Amino acid sequence: MATYTYTPVPDQGAKAGVLAYLVISCVVLLLMMLFGLLMRMEQAQMISIGALWFYKIMTLHGAGMVGIVALAGAAIMWHFLRQYVDLSTGIFMANLILFLTGVVMILASVLLGDFHAAWTFLFPLPTTSMGMWSPGAAALFMGGLLVIGVGFVLLHLDIARAIISRYGGLGRGLGWPQLFGPDDGNAPPPAVVASTMVTIVNLIGLVVGASILVMMLINVYVPTFEIDALLAKGMIYFFGHVFINAVIYMAVIAVYEILPRYTQRPWKSNKVFLASWTASTIMVMFIFPHHLLMDYAYPKWFLIMGHIIGYLNTFPILIVTGYGAMMIVYRSGIRWDMCSRLLFVSLFGWAVGAMPAFIDGTITVNYVMHNTLWVPGHFHTYLLLGMVAMVFGFMYYLGKPNENAPDSALDVAAFWGFVIGTMGFTMSFLYSGKISAARRYAEHLPEWVPYDKIASYFAMLLIASVLVFIFRFLTRLGLASRDYQRASLARSMAT
Amino acid sequence: MQETAWQVSLVLMLMITFGVVFVAINSGKREEEYGPLVKRAYSFRTKLFWAVALVFFPAMIYNLMGLPYSPKAVASSGPAQVINVTGHMWYWEMDRDQVEPNQPVDIRVTSADVNHGFGIYDSDLRLIAQAQAMPGYTNVIHITFPKEGTYRVLCMEYCGVAHHNMMTEIKVGKS
Ligand code: HEM
Ligand SMILES: [Cu+2]
Repeated sequence: MATYTYTPVPDQGAKAGVLAYLVISCVVLLLMMLFGLLMRMEQAQMISIGALWFYKIMTLHGAGMVGIVALAGAAIMWHFLRQYVDLSTGIFMANLILFLTGVVMILASVLLGDFHAAWTFLFPLPTTSMGMWSPGAAALFMGGLLVIGVGFVLLHLDIARAIISRYGGLGRGLGWPQLFGPDDGNAPPPAVVASTMVTIVNLIGLVVGASILVMMLINVYVPTFEIDALLAKGMIYFFGHVFINAVIYMAVIAVYEILPRYTQRPWKSNKVFLASWTASTIMVMFIFPHHLLMDYAYPKWFLIMGHIIGYLNTFPILIVTGYGAMMIVYRSGIRWDMCSRLLFVSLFGWAVGAMPAFIDGTITVNYVMHNTLWVPGHFHTYLLLGMVAMVFGFMYYLGKPNENAPDSALDVAAFWGFVIGTMGFTMSFLYSGKISAARRYAEHLPEWVPYDKIASYFAMLLIASVLVFIFRFLTRLGLASRDYQRASLARSMAT
Repeated sequence: MQETAWQVSLVLMLMITFGVVFVAINSGKREEEYGPLVKRAYSFRTKLFWAVALVFFPAMIYNLMGLPYSPKAVASSGPAQVINVTGHMWYWEMDRDQVEPNQPVDIRVTSADVNHGFGIYDSDLRLIAQAQAMPGYTNVIHITFPKEGTYRVLCMEYCGVAHHNMMTEIKVGKS
């Protein structure tokens, strides 16, 4: 039965592996943000790097960002999940090594081989370069993605194994006995439910992604091995959509785990919670047609499915996870520090970014907004102010010197700089989308340039704030591995 | 359409902002008993769920009307004027670039090499229609140009280093 009493759990420090993941995430995230700024400034005509460099950087930024947030998300998931199930450190590190190998391959492909077919490697662009890059460069890029994918498959297989051996099956990991039967209060904790969901969808997504990568790799060297462009696009977007969404579902574990420690209120896996995670498991796999709405060649029912699930998908985000966070904070006496602030605002960022996203999934809207800057507008909102905020919140948590340590004014200023910088940056994207500015254009029409300029200034503010976050985390690395109480207790009338 | 999408987004985003700010403002004073608060919050959530559902579902269904996939029934319909378009790296090949206003046009879009996107912009530089140009497939844009004038065509799918230069024009007016 549901009880509303909170049982304190001690805060644990991070294993060396988790810290390695996070330090690498800091470095890559910062570099990729600077790349992002370069792109925006090129569009704003504040600098002039030329189209070739723009598209090379765009390819690196897309692949690099998606990869690195996956790495950071995996660090959060692994850190908390291993407090419930028995995970293999060897596999966790193997994933990191494969990841770095893949990164080197991708960097070489783009920087030395001039590959610039974007991170979505849409068939047949990688193999149709008009002499701009060699088949070897294309193979290296796709091979790099494949190596990274293999690492994540290993990681998820280990997680699946651990959840199955502890709970007796993935269905149990999702709490199905409690969802479909009487709720005996023994459903796995939110961290386990979320990890199960992510593991299921990512394993399927990665297998599909690896299949199309292998097909395209064969096609590089054996052009008579033909691939259907429509099928390839479907597979790529299935993989891409699942993988990037799973990242948020991994990172949100930080919110589930940490906010209760600040508010001394439990975040329970009750029926509504379980239902929403099971629904998300299914929806995240069937929503991908919303990327394909302008390919009329797909069956109509398939595209309409994308439209419908796009609307439905907002319910678990808004009504369950977003609302759940509001409930746990409302009249809780929570003490606001950098960690609790960032985690709280991350749900705002996620929910608020989901609005322009589902609107874009409306077919008649997509007809005039697909592949405009509206699209990077919405996904940068929930990735930056949602996912990335969760990562930095987690870093502040690990590095917090003690329970009552106050934040310096610089950190608080950086928090607001981050929120305002991100919103300004993403709203400029959205506005550019509203005025039909196309995405992935190295050079913008004069009508679009003013908003590119505004966006660049906001991006600078956002990056400056992130510098503070990163600096703070790196100087506190020594603390991050120790076990001690970090979360401040809520202000209580009783004590 | 863009205007509507923008305004609806802003309204929804603002509503979420108000909710979050409301909670943040009311986070300071602790209500010791969580149980009763949860009960109230759940009953409010049920109301919220139905309120959202009652807005979302009709909106979702309503927005399934007038899909671009089949031609709209037009009063003055004669036989549609046809433009055959093939995307190439990095130019558009069209078998005609001039059509009559107020009469249906079918734009049959395909590609000779990689994926492109055929996006039609009106004289205010607003995107009014698009379809993907995919090798091996033909997507048909059904459109009736309401006004005479020159419409710009921009590439809407990344296709390599000159993607942003892949532009052409459609002239709408009496020949
Ligand atoms: C300071 C932060 C950031 C800046 C300034 C930035 C900037 C940009 C710019 C200018 C683009 C190209 C837009 C266009 O199509 O014209 C872009 C695309 C993209 N960004 Fe970011 N970004 C930032 C953070 C992130 C983060 C945190 C992610 C996380 C996953 C991310 C993922 C992507 C992806 C996937 C693309 C699409 C690439 C493509 O179209 O191939 N970005 N970003
Ligand atoms: Cu193009």
